[in-house]
Formats: sequence, C-alpha cells, structure tokens
Amino acid sequence: MQQVPAIPDLLKLKKGSASPRKFRDNLTVFLFLLPAVTLFLVFVLYPILQSVYYSLFSWKGFGPAVDFVGVNNFKNILSDKVFLKALKNALLIIIFSLSIQLPLSLLLATLVGRDLPGRVFFRTVFFMPYVLSEVITALMWLFIYNPDPERGFINAVLIFFGGTSHAWLAKPDLVMPAIFVALTWKYFGFHMLLFMTGLQNIPEEVEEAGRMDGANIFQSFWYITLPLLGSTIRTSVYLSVLGSIQQFILVWIMTKGGPVNASETLATYMYRFGFVRFQLGYGSAVAIYMFILCLTFSLIYQRLTRQPDYLSGL
Amino acid sequence: MRAHFAENKIAGLLLDLGQLKEDLRIREEVVSARLKYNLLKTQKEKKMSRKIYTILSLLLVAAFALSACGAKATEAPAKPAATEAPAQPAATDAPAATEAPAEKVTVTWWHISTAENHKAEWQKEADDYMASHPNVTIEITVLDNEAFKTKLTTVMQSGEPPDIFQSWGGGVMNEYANAGLLKDITADLDADGGAWRNTFASGALGVYAYKDKNYGVPWDMGMIGFWYNKALFKQAGIDNPPATWTEFIDDVKKLKAAGITPIALGEGDKWPGMHMWAYLVTRLGGKANFEGALLRNGSFTDGPFIEAGNKLNELIAIEPFQDGFLGATYGDEATAMGNGKAAMELMGQWAPAVEKDNSPDKNGIGDDLGFFPFPMVEGGKGDANDAVGGGNGFGIGKNASPEAIDFVKFLTSAEHQATLAKLGVAIPVVKGGEAGLSDPLMIELQKTFAAAQYFQLYYDQALPPAMGSVINDSTQGIFAGTLSPEQAAQAIEDSAAAELK
Repeated sequence: MQQVPAIPDLLKLKKGSASPRKFRDNLTVFLFLLPAVTLFLVFVLYPILQSVYYSLFSWKGFGPAVDFVGVNNFKNILSDKVFLKALKNALLIIIFSLSIQLPLSLLLATLVGRDLPGRVFFRTVFFMPYVLSEVITALMWLFIYNPDPERGFINAVLIFFGGTSHAWLAKPDLVMPAIFVALTWKYFGFHMLLFMTGLQNIPEEVEEAGRMDGANIFQSFWYITLPLLGSTIRTSVYLSVLGSIQQFILVWIMTKGGPVNASETLATYMYRFGFVRFQLGYGSAVAIYMFILCLTFSLIYQRLTRQPDYLSGL
Repeated sequence: MRAHFAENKIAGLLLDLGQLKEDLRIREEVVSARLKYNLLKTQKEKKMSRKIYTILSLLLVAAFALSACGAKATEAPAKPAATEAPAQPAATDAPAATEAPAEKVTVTWWHISTAENHKAEWQKEADDYMASHPNVTIEITVLDNEAFKTKLTTVMQSGEPPDIFQSWGGGVMNEYANAGLLKDITADLDADGGAWRNTFASGALGVYAYKDKNYGVPWDMGMIGFWYNKALFKQAGIDNPPATWTEFIDDVKKLKAAGITPIALGEGDKWPGMHMWAYLVTRLGGKANFEGALLRNGSFTDGPFIEAGNKLNELIAIEPFQDGFLGATYGDEATAMGNGKAAMELMGQWAPAVEKDNSPDKNGIGDDLGFFPFPMVEGGKGDANDAVGGGNGFGIGKNASPEAIDFVKFLTSAEHQATLAKLGVAIPVVKGGEAGLSDPLMIELQKTFAAAQYFQLYYDQALPPAMGSVINDSTQGIFAGTLSPEQAAQAIEDSAAAELK
C-alpha cells in the first residue's frame, strides 16, 4: 500500500503535467473512499449476501446451516396469511403516513416556520417527540392506551366526558389506528423539521413577487411554496415509506404484532421467525423480501420523481 | 452528468451504489457538490485542489450515511450476534482458569428474578461466595423474562452463552444442547458417589437432562393452578373452590353476575392462556394422549386436543376475562390480581410473589389469596391429580469454568434452598430445603404437586421452540375467536410434523 506519500504528493501538484496528475487524483479519490467502501462491503453487502445464503436453508441459528431447502422458504412465506397481513399493514401505514402524517407536518411547518409569535416554543414542543427514544415512546403510549380507566389517560378522558373505555391495543380492528397515532406523534416532528428547512430555502423575493401580482395566501401556497418544496416533499415521502415498511420497535413493544397478528408488520414478522421461533433461514428469506420491496420502491420512485428541481436550477 | 465527474471514477461508482439506495437528500447534496465542482473548474487550480477535498469529504459523509441506512432491513437476521451481544469476559477467562484455579475468574450469571427480595438474596449469596473465593468475580445480569429470552437467543446464536443462566429445561434446552452450547455436568453431579446428584429430587433434575446427560440443575419446581381471591369468591356467594369443570363454569358465571372480573389473563403474552388449553388437554386426554402425539403414534388433532378448544370456547363465551385481555401482558394480569380487581388467575407457583410485587403496598391481597388445582373435566381420561408445571433452574453454558459450577453447587445448597423457600419465591427441589417452606399456600401446592402421578412440563418448554411458539399463537387464536379448535389443532399438528422428526 502506498497510502503515506499520497497526500504530500497532491500538495506538490505541478501545472501542465496532465496525465500523472490525473492518476494522482484518482489515487487520492480511491484512498479517500477506501474506508467508506470497506465499511460498506463489510457491514452492508456482506450481511445481505449472508442473508441470501441462509434464506436457502432451514436453519435454527446454531452451528452451520446444513439443511438446504432451496426456494421453499420463499414459497412458504407467500402462502402464509400472516405475512400477507403484515404486507397489508405496511401498506396501511404507508397510506396513513402519506395522507395524514405528512400533510399535518407540512401544515405545522408553514405555521411555525414563519413569523408566528412563540414559534420557537412550538417548534421545540413539536420536535420533542422525535428526540425521545422509540422505546420510551412505546412505553408511554402503552400507559396512555391502558384499558383500565384508572391507569389509561385516553380512557380516563373518555369516561370523564361520559363515554365508555376501550381496550385500544387489544381489539384487532382498533389496534392499527391506535399504533398509527403513536407513530404520527413520534415522527411528525421530524418531517416538520424537513419541511421547515425546505421553506427557509424558498427565496422571499419569489413570494413577494407573487403577492405583488395579487396572489392570495392560498394561491401563494399552492403555486409557489408547494412547487418549490418539491424536492423536500420527495425526500419526506421517500423516508416515510421506507420507515413504514421497516417499522418495528414501536409495534413490537406495544403489541408484539398482536392481538392475533392484527398489528403484524414485516419487521415483527421477520423477528418472530428469527428470534422467537428459531427459524433463521425463514427469517432471512423474509428479510430478503423486505429488501427487494425497499429496493423496488426506491428504483421506481427514482424514475417517477425525476422532475426538475426549481431551486437548484437543474 | 457523469462526464463532468470522469475524474472521480470511484466516486461515480459509489454514486451508483447511492442510486441503488436512493437517499434523495444525499443525492441533492451530491448534485450541489457537482454544481460547486463546475464552478470550480473555472477558477484557479490551487484553490481547486482544496475544494476537491471538500467534495470528497462530502462524498465520504454521504457514503457513511448510505451504509448506515442500508444496514437496517437486512442486517438483523444475518448477523444477530452483532446487534446485541454483550461483552463476555468469562469466555476468555474460562479456559485459562481450568489450568490454574487460583487465577482470577469471572463468572457470568443471567437470571430473571426481578422481585426485590429474591434479587437481593441472590446478590447477597454471590457476594458471600466472592468473599470466600477472592479470585472469583460474579457478574450478575438481571433481566425481565421476555427480554431475557430474546437476549439469550442472541448470544446463543453467537455461540457465547453466559456461564449460568435461567433455564426451564425441556425443548429449548435440548436445542441448545444439540448445538453444543451447554456444558455437560453429569460428571460433576456424579462425583463423590453422586454426592451432588443425590441432593436433588430426581424428577426435577430430570427436566434438565437430555439423552442421559445433565446440562443444568433445578432450583425450583412447582405446578400451575388457580390462585383465587377468597374475599371476592365469598362476595359472589361461592363457599368452596370448584373441583369440576361444570362447577368452575358455574362459579365464573356467579362472579360475573356479582360484577366481578372472574379471571385475569395476560393473553398478549400468549403463554398464560396457553396453559389453560394445555391443562384442558391434560385433563381430557391424560398422559397417553400427549405422549402419543409427541412420539408421533398419535396426532395433535386427536380428540382431546380439539375437545380442549371446545371447552375453552365454552369458557370464553361467558367473557370471563378483564377488559383488553388480548393485549394485556402477564404483568397486567398480576397487577389485576394483586390489586383485588380479578377473582382468579391460572398461574404457576411464582404467582403470589409477582402479585405482591405488582401491588402498591407490596403485600398483594394478603391472606385472601387461595389456591385450587385445575378442576377435573367430567369424562376426561386424565387423573384429577395430574399436574402441568415446571420450574426454574440454572442452565450451564459451554464456557463455564469449574468455579462457575462450584458456585451453582453453592447456590443449590439445602441452606440456600431453604432461604428461597422462606422468601416464598421457590419450592425447594433439594432435600432439606423444604424446611424453609412456611407459607401455607406453598406447602399446599407442594403437596398437590407431590401427589401427581403424571407430571407434564409446560408445553411451550417441553416442545421445540418453533412448536411452542405455534402452540402459543394458535391458542391465542382460540381466545380471539379467529381460529376454531380444529384449525388451532391443525396448525399445531402441521408444526409437529415439521419439527418432531
């Protein structure tokens, strides 16, 4: 390895010596990238390939994998109703996120991102849930949803106003909306922050010009703010969808995917087989499906959103 | 686009990877980096080299970010060891220790006895041992039951078990033993003419043996039965606890009519309800039924397994459980009992201790607590004395040093067994330990348990983990009404066909 002389060489660059310079440049680039590429290969690519390997075995996680089953794991997963339920739930979270969580974040961002009095206070308050660890969030919402009105906040409020208490996390039809509320509470602050940054990048001149032309506040929002926020929204949607597909911690702590798999997500399904049932081969196959899902989404999304970015002028 | 970037071929390569991952925010950073780069081209070369550093560092940051977000979805199952495995100093110390006993030895011990008095007692015993063996350091990790199971699985898969850990014996232990993760302590038990072995009740010790080799020792053995609130029973007009299923159903109806929650159940954890089904199977089918299914002469779809589901449905139809039982944990169940909010729970010998721990004054419902065995089902082939149960023990990890085993010997001495019994956290399995048993409930439970001719280890422990998990899931399906008794039995049979070869 010739790492040591590389950097001094670059500092001694001469004018006009094109091809050695180019070589040195490439070498520099290569050396700079080496640590990152190494990390990428060891911690990303290698585990992925290992997962692919194990997914072809019926393997309990102890000792070497010997029981080769080919693509049986992959076939069995697709015929498992619980997996399809998990897939459906992932889709449900995505739809909820895109239709409720993001618009809410955008609305709040426009409110606290501008000259509202006390905006710093609100900004901090809104962002606070995102700073909390997911485990704490989940435990907190477990208390809030507690079916016993003496211990659960929501039920206490309901009873106070003359309603009846509900076992939010114990009813198959209530559990997903209940979890989604907790998810929204946890993550809207993050998206709000993204949108706020985006809003700050919009030059005031453009909006001012709009006002001069007689655009009212809604027109200004619709025709100026929204299009100029395009790239931020695309980022936000992207992160939101991937986050929804991989959602695990909140769900696992609050319901373990129950009752009776009603709140199963792809990640809890994977975990159940890998770590509860000791079927790591099967679990790996689930992971591969998740990977394919995320990758496919990424590629399609990239095609679909290859739109001009107004701000950067590209 | 990439033409501008020709000089940075490898950077371009990285961008390809980046596009695979397609983190848009990073992509924008790169785009603006490109813009800067274009601008730079028109500037002086000296400045340029400096700017290149900036861009490169930007890309480096991007690459790190990319590798970070890529790892999430797929890394977990493939590299479980990396995610949670704690430091295991004992592993490296152990081999050295066998050669020179006076050297410093660290013994790792994981237990799940979170109740304050029990935790403190074991800490004291460890301190005592360390005081008399200055070369030994005992590192205790106390974990909650569910967290322990998860964490143990992880370290087992990485092949680095703790020296001493909570074990229930049975199917899970057999898996570990099969994979060579446990230490065979048969020789230690048999040393000096079986001095250590003979201190144990043989049935209890047998739960920690697999293919005639011992991989652990018990420190507690008991049975599951109904713990009930005498005051609430009286309030509902019930004088004696039920002895038969019909009486039991009647009593549940009476409690319900009196406005009392008859049964506390943490079905979100699945295993509490599973025991109800397992007991029904035991009462209906007896020993021959379960052993037939286990040894594959019979099937888990045989009559008693389905009939148990029907009986269970009979009970569920009365809606005897607290609100939200499907999402409740065992902790919620114990809290309901400990605070007098439910009339009974079906639970093992540890129930009174956990109830106390989950009540505000740490005293549970005090003298109101009573115990009755699972009622006999009329016409069942089992015996009314048959018991489902199990106990707690110490599993011994493969790297355990002689010191670790000696410490386990110390922990399971008659004296220490008596202390645990006195605290009400264990039913002794070592001869002489029962001297500490003063709680009339525990004495009653031990007598009931001693009268059992057929003792069935908990289903989810006796069977391979995958099957235990399917049994838990399927019985939860019955409780939720999403699976019929036939469907639940079929799911269990399917799993048995795959696992019990």
